[in-house]
Parts: sequence; structure tokens; C-alpha cells
Amino acid sequence: MAGEAIAPGRKQTGSGIHPAGLFQSASFQRAIGRGILYLIAVSSSAVFMFPFVWTVLSSLKRGGELFRFPPTWLPEVPQFQNYPKVFEIVSWATWTWNSTFVAIVSTFGAVLTAALVGYSFARFRYPARDVLFIITLSTMMLPVEVTLIPLYLMFAKIGWLDSYRPLIIPSFFGGSAFLIFLMRQFFMSIPIDLDEAARIDGANYLRIFWQILMPLSIPVTATAAVLTFMAQWNEFLQPFIFLNTKSKYTLAIGIRYFQAVAGFADDTEPKYHLLMAASVMMTAPIIIIFFLAQRYLVQGIVMSGIKG
Amino acid sequence: MRTEAAAGSRIPLPRWTTNLRTKEAIAGYIFLSPWLLGIILFIVGPMMTSGFLSFTRYDIVNPPEFVGLKNFIEIFSKDRLFWPSLLLTFRYALIVVPLSLIGALAAAMLLNQALLGTTWFRTFFFLPHLTPIVAAAVLWGWIFNADVGPINHWIRTITGSDNAPGWFRDPDWAMTGLIIMAMWGAIGGNTMLIFLAGLQGVPQELYDAAVVDGAGIWAKFRNVTLPMLTPTIFFNMVLGIIGALRVFAAAYVATQGGPAYSTWFYALHIYTRAFQYFEMGYASALAWIFFFVLFVFTYVQFRQSRRWVYYAGEVD
Repeated sequence: MAGEAIAPGRKQTGSGIHPAGLFQSASFQRAIGRGILYLIAVSSSAVFMFPFVWTVLSSLKRGGELFRFPPTWLPEVPQFQNYPKVFEIVSWATWTWNSTFVAIVSTFGAVLTAALVGYSFARFRYPARDVLFIITLSTMMLPVEVTLIPLYLMFAKIGWLDSYRPLIIPSFFGGSAFLIFLMRQFFMSIPIDLDEAARIDGANYLRIFWQILMPLSIPVTATAAVLTFMAQWNEFLQPFIFLNTKSKYTLAIGIRYFQAVAGFADDTEPKYHLLMAASVMMTAPIIIIFFLAQRYLVQGIVMSGIKG
Repeated sequence: MRTEAAAGSRIPLPRWTTNLRTKEAIAGYIFLSPWLLGIILFIVGPMMTSGFLSFTRYDIVNPPEFVGLKNFIEIFSKDRLFWPSLLLTFRYALIVVPLSLIGALAAAMLLNQALLGTTWFRTFFFLPHLTPIVAAAVLWGWIFNADVGPINHWIRTITGSDNAPGWFRDPDWAMTGLIIMAMWGAIGGNTMLIFLAGLQGVPQELYDAAVVDGAGIWAKFRNVTLPMLTPTIFFNMVLGIIGALRVFAAAYVATQGGPAYSTWFYALHIYTRAFQYFEMGYASALAWIFFFVLFVFTYVQFRQSRRWVYYAGEVD
């Protein structure tokens, strides 16, 4: 639905009516107006994209070139070897793997359980359901700070600190209120007649969920998965607090560690160009996923926002 | 493969379970159970624990020692960073959220003008939002570099003087730097996409009717577009403010709360007390105060919303 609606295309029918003035001057004015709009669109795109462009260009410079005054746009000779160099200086490959692992496993858990819980909210009638749903929504407003300290203490007590368990296992308990809400809204848009027909044919609840509802929910599931993956990939606070060993870092805390040492390394040359390369490498997968899943993603974001 | 409803039919059950409604309720709870358990284990339990801890002194090594209201008294009377961090956190949120909402609306309206290449513009606006906050903080740190960064170079070129802000190194400018960074990520983000869909959902008849009544561009915006978008504005405002008040990663990576505590956000204060000084009781008290303030603030927003949020088809 919304994926198409987002695209441009609706003519502004009302804007042509000008009570006075010659036809020529009106169309001339409109051309000027369009021109200004294009100018704004192009220049704001440039503003938004500039930090990326600057980062990519910086990542291809020699270390010293970054400190040149006045700053230069283009690298003298593009230093593509900066990228492999990041892998040598810090455990970039390990961190990338760690991030991927944590993000994939917790996304799997979160989406699967959020779908089950969303199914429960969407399709079953039971006492306290609506109250529980409101409680669920209100947890979106809860600051993690209130729960973080006890969680840390709890994970310390059961020996989970410095492992991925605190980052992964909680995802298997419904994911998040947002995901549950997303799944519930989608399930509610599927006609209940389908469930009932399957029930008459003897399917149980789990089977209805798995063979009727889920196959119809592939787009929303993809959206949920992509959004969760991105959030996990970017997550800073939790890995920062729960992980200690450098080889267990995820990219988010790895890159912060790298940043902290980049300026003060023992050798002579600062490593900001490599830090820029690292930022590019951390961001690239997210952007690639965005391009692959753009349609689903936009649709999901819009759906969650409009109904809210 | 005909297993009966998830309640399980093998064990002989008391009569009431054969009631269909009861079966449905049981199955519903079974599907709900992961989340129910999750709420208890990861939300309610921890909240109660931190509520308890806030009345204790607890350094992890020794068992918690009950101290009554001492933590709270200390926070309000002795903690030199408490009020400043709370105020600057609010100041940050109350600048970032309205500005990024206005920016997002403006961007959405621009994208709704049927310009050629809108898909591209939309992507350009959206990409900053995808950038991991930590990566954004790292790259903006370099762009804001006081000596050789491009921004200061331009400022010097335009103003013709050598005085340019020190950004993340300058107590007077670090906050502005963080605000710019946040807006870069927020303006073209989800809010813009939701606004865009909202704009496209405004019925054309309303605009036509407004034109018949002699409305100009501004009147159409003020009396048609804006009221239709108020639910979205409200939703994004509430969640945006909560998110902005919790700012941590951006500040921790870009400025570490400095210089001179000028970006010492509340979350940073809690973090430092909890995980650097290991004053778990004190930090829990800080967290609960934060929760309370957030709760009141959100409640007030909901109360106020009745005056200005318009729900078109109030069904469901």
C-alpha cells in the first residue's frame, strides 16, 4: 500500500488557480517556483550527503593529508589499502563477525517471538488482554536506565557478563513493544475468515499462525527483521556495559575503542584516515541492506507511524 | 496431524477447559507467555530491584546497606552535576526535537512536490538516519575538527577572520555540535517518511474546498495540512523527546561529556556513577528520578495533546 503512495506523482491540481494576472506571468512565476524548489532539494541533499562524501574521501587519503591546511577535497592518490590496514591494526574482522552474529541471532529471536505475541494480541480474546497491550505500549516510554543497573547485577550474578547472552537472550522474550505492535497491526489487517476456515479444516492455533498468517506476513516480517537488525548493529550502550574483552567487542564499541586510541598511538602517524575507513565499513552494510529492503522498510516505518 | 488446541487434549482436563472461550484464553496466554515472562524478568523485576536499591548504598562487593532517603538527599543537595545535567539534557531535547520535526515536515513537503528525482532526494535525506550513531559521532568529530576540519575552514573563509568555534573542544560550542549532528540524523529519518505518507493521505477534497474558500498556500497549510498531521506530530514528539532525553552514545563518543561538563547528559551521569564509581544504589536513585521526571513530562504532553491533536477518523 504505502510503498507506492510514497513515490511522487500526484499533481497539485489546486496550485494553478491565480485570481489575477496574465497567463504568461503566472506560468513564468510557476517555473521560477519550481526552480527554487529544485534548488532547495539539490542543496539540502548536498548538505545531508556532505559528511558521507567527506568521510569516504578522507578514508582514501594518506594519514598526513588529513592535516593539511587548507583542507583538500580529493586524495592525491587514492589509498585503497587503508581499508585492509584497518583489519591489521584492530581486530576488525572479529568485531564484524561478532556484530553480525549478535545482530542475526537476536533479530531471529525478536521477530519470531514478537510475531507469536502479536498473534496473541491480534487474534485471541482473554481477560486483561487490552490492559496488557496498553502496558506493552507504555514500555516503549520506559528509559532503559531504570532497568540497566539491576540487569547488570543479575547478569553478573549468573555469570553472563562478557558474553553475548545479555545481548541475545532477552530478544527471545517478545523482542520489543515496537515489534509486537507492528506484528499485531499487520495480523489485524488479515481477515479472520481465513483463520476460521482453517479451524474448520482442523488446524490448531499454532498451525494457523505458521501456515496461514505467517506466509501472508512476509513483508511485515521482513520489515521487522531489517529494523531489528539495524538497531542491533548500531546498539552501543548494552554491549558497552556488558562486554569487556576486546576480542568480544561488537563494531559499535570497537570503533569507539579505535577512536580513543587513534589520536594517541605510539607510532608517529595519527590514524584518523583509518578511523574514517572504519566508519565507512561499519555504515556500509546498513546502507546496502537499506537499498535491498527499501520498499519493505519504508512501508513498515510508515505503517507503524500512521497507526500510532 | 490433528492436534487439538494448544491447551493439549491428552491429559484429562476438568470440565471448564472444554469451554471454547476458555481454550481460546489459554492458547492466547500461551502465545503471550514469552512477552509476559520478558516483562517480568527484564522490566518489572529490574524496576523493582532498582527501586529497592535506590534506598541503599551498594558497591557490588559488599551487600546492599539500607540508607533510607540518603541518596536522594545527596542528589538534590550535594550532587554538583545533577541539576546541570538534567537541565542541559532537557535543553538539548527541547531544541533537537522541535527543530527536527519542523525540518522533517519541510523535507516531506518538499518531497511531495512531484519533483523529478524525488526518490533520489528521499534517499539522500534518509541515509544519515541509517548511519550508526557511533560512526556518526566519529565522522562528525572529524568534520568539526577545529583546526583542519572543513566546517571551520569555510567559516574562516566566509568571515575572513581566524576565529572559528572549537566545536567538540569548546565548552560553548560542544552542545551546538551535538545538536547539529543529531538533526543531521533525525530530519530525513522515519519522521520524514511518516509525514510524507501523511501528506499523501490528506484528502484532495479538503484542499479543493479550501481553495474555493479563497485559501492561499499558507492558509491551506495552516488549516488543512497541519491539523491532519497532528497525530503524527504528537506521536513523534513524545517518542522523540524520550529518545533525545536518553542521549548517551553520541555524547559519550563525540565529547565524553566534556569539555568542562558542557555536554554532561543525564544518562552519562547515571552511567558514570553506576559503572565507573560502582555506586549502584546512588545511580539507581538517579535513574528513578529520571524515570519520574520523564513520566510526568510525558503525562503532561498527553494531557496537552487533547487541545491540539486532531484524530480524523476516530474509530477503533
